[in-house]
Amino acid sequence: MYRYDNYDQTLVDERVAQFRGQVARRVAGDLTEDEFKPLRLMNGLYLQLHAYMLRVAIPYGTLSSKQLRKLAHIARRYDKGYGHFTTRQNIQFNWINLEETPDILAELATVEMHAIQTSGNCIRNVTADHFAGVAADEIEDPRIYSEIIRQWSTFHPEFSFLPRKFKIAVTGSPHDRAAVKVHDIGLRMHRNEAGEAGFEVLVGGGQGRTPVIAKTIRPFLPKRHLLSYLEAILRIYNQLGRRDNLYKSRIKILVDSVGVDRFTQLVEEEWQQIRDGYLELPAAEIERIRGYFAPPPYRAFDDKPADFEAQLRRDFRFGRWVRTNVTPHKRPGYAIVTLSLKPVGGIPGDATDAQMDAVADLADRYSFGEIRVTHEQNLVLTDVAKSDLYALWQRLVELELATPNIGLAGDIIACPGLDYCALANARSIPVAQRISRQLGDLTRLLDIGELKIKISGCINACGHHHVGHIGILGVDKKGEEFYQVTLGGSADENASLGDIVGPAFSADNVVGAVETIIDTYLTVRQGGERFLDTYRRIGLAPFKEKLYAAH
Amino acid sequence: MATGPQVITANRLRDGRVVFLAEGERWVEAVGQSQVANDEAATTALSAIADRAVAAREVVAPYLIEVTRDGDRLTPRRYREVLRAIGPSTHPEFGRPNTVTATGQE
Repeated sequence: MYRYDNYDQTLVDERVAQFRGQVARRVAGDLTEDEFKPLRLMNGLYLQLHAYMLRVAIPYGTLSSKQLRKLAHIARRYDKGYGHFTTRQNIQFNWINLEETPDILAELATVEMHAIQTSGNCIRNVTADHFAGVAADEIEDPRIYSEIIRQWSTFHPEFSFLPRKFKIAVTGSPHDRAAVKVHDIGLRMHRNEAGEAGFEVLVGGGQGRTPVIAKTIRPFLPKRHLLSYLEAILRIYNQLGRRDNLYKSRIKILVDSVGVDRFTQLVEEEWQQIRDGYLELPAAEIERIRGYFAPPPYRAFDDKPADFEAQLRRDFRFGRWVRTNVTPHKRPGYAIVTLSLKPVGGIPGDATDAQMDAVADLADRYSFGEIRVTHEQNLVLTDVAKSDLYALWQRLVELELATPNIGLAGDIIACPGLDYCALANARSIPVAQRISRQLGDLTRLLDIGELKIKISGCINACGHHHVGHIGILGVDKKGEEFYQVTLGGSADENASLGDIVGPAFSADNVVGAVETIIDTYLTVRQGGERFLDTYRRIGLAPFKEKLYAAH
Repeated sequence: MATGPQVITANRLRDGRVVFLAEGERWVEAVGQSQVANDEAATTALSAIADRAVAAREVVAPYLIEVTRDGDRLTPRRYREVLRAIGPSTHPEFGRPNTVTATGQE
């Protein structure tokens, strides 16, 4: 876990006191809403459809059990008993009172959390692989570098008023679980020919109105130069990014307009000025931060404990859950467990206060007290002994956190949509719920196989629809909810943007359209093809034909 | 350029909750209790009341919405405003009826 030093704690405490004063001045009439709005946004407080919404940063999706209990407490004491885990690995509370917000922030500060830089045109909470530190295929733990970036970017005076918001994602594994190619900057760790670990630096990816796959501007960056290189990129963007047009203000537009070669040249020139300066990361500093993420005291276990193997044979439901929700761990005898926040017909990413408390207890009992939040809106216990899996699973079933659907069509990403969000054009959650119910049969889900359905309620694409194998985008047609469907998107190391199938579907017809797409796939797939494999082989036409044949 | 009956909605400053402007310069949570403006003079008058409520730090960001009237029931025309009036469709237990009359909830 990261740790605040005195300096961090002081900064966060001072910010809470400052915001308390700002809220008091707003309520007393000393600040107008126009004056106050940027101040509250700098503290993660939005005014949404029904109330204030507080977005709390979860640094690269990492939580201690103590922190999760605090989030449960906030949900219970200040909200309506639940929170919503987001595609940015954060949590949002939907029913917050303005005057209680300073108290909430003060409570968060006691567990080294805050809502700083969860809004506004600054560097947002850095995101990372949710299996960081435990993935069997990992080169190095991305949390180390995410934490270094977090310390550098928090309150960075030069980058507090960028042309637009800025998102950085880090993966330490060849298999990209952090969607680095659709971020403003993506960092992918790999080894050069000499066997040294460093970063491929990708820039200008993003979703939203203009989806773009990021371009590589530096194939290999030694770790010691990480911050100076990021600083050079941000400087070029800060200087040349457009401030006159909101829709053209992201770095992807700048990279496109000047061209990737010219952009790279500008960054490299800037970097030459600063590369050996104070931002160079000494090996000792990297090691100091690595110490925060030292492996827990693992025990020496057999990789196939007899009790676990017997439970697998005995209990079909347990075996099915292990197959979908349990991932190989780098240590023998341990496993990574994904807790599904996608019960059949449920709200993707929502967790109640009781569930959060229970997960914190389970983390303490079975996983060294740590929890991860995934950008796919699930929770993870990273370090569970295989011998404990059966007991853990039984408890998760009671908590409705054991739906065996991770990576399957029931594991749907959905933004809050028009049910909560002031920007949305259509609802997302009810569409996810209906699809989830329609595909509820678990045997059928397994037969369909890996299928990522992602739903956004507007073009801002918080629900990542552009990179869904099946993407669904809510649009407003003369006051009615319609849904545009895309196929073939992907957010992993072979990232691609989905293709629009054709005219949008009504709210009544969109679930049927998804059914038709799945049925078409099942009819034409060959061998062990996943949905995405089939799509990449046959393209849009066969799906289009089935979808619009009757129209 | 009103095309039909309109009411004023806003969010309460202190808790952000959705409110509607009712008779007597009161802000209420039930859309059905809203004061309806049927012409430009009436919307101008309501907007002036809303501006005073903003200055008095009672509400933020007031605006006019179109409603349809069925007897003494009021329903916002746009679906977004229906959701604001009744609460998230995914959590009906946190919602409130939108088919509310001037005399009370049905």
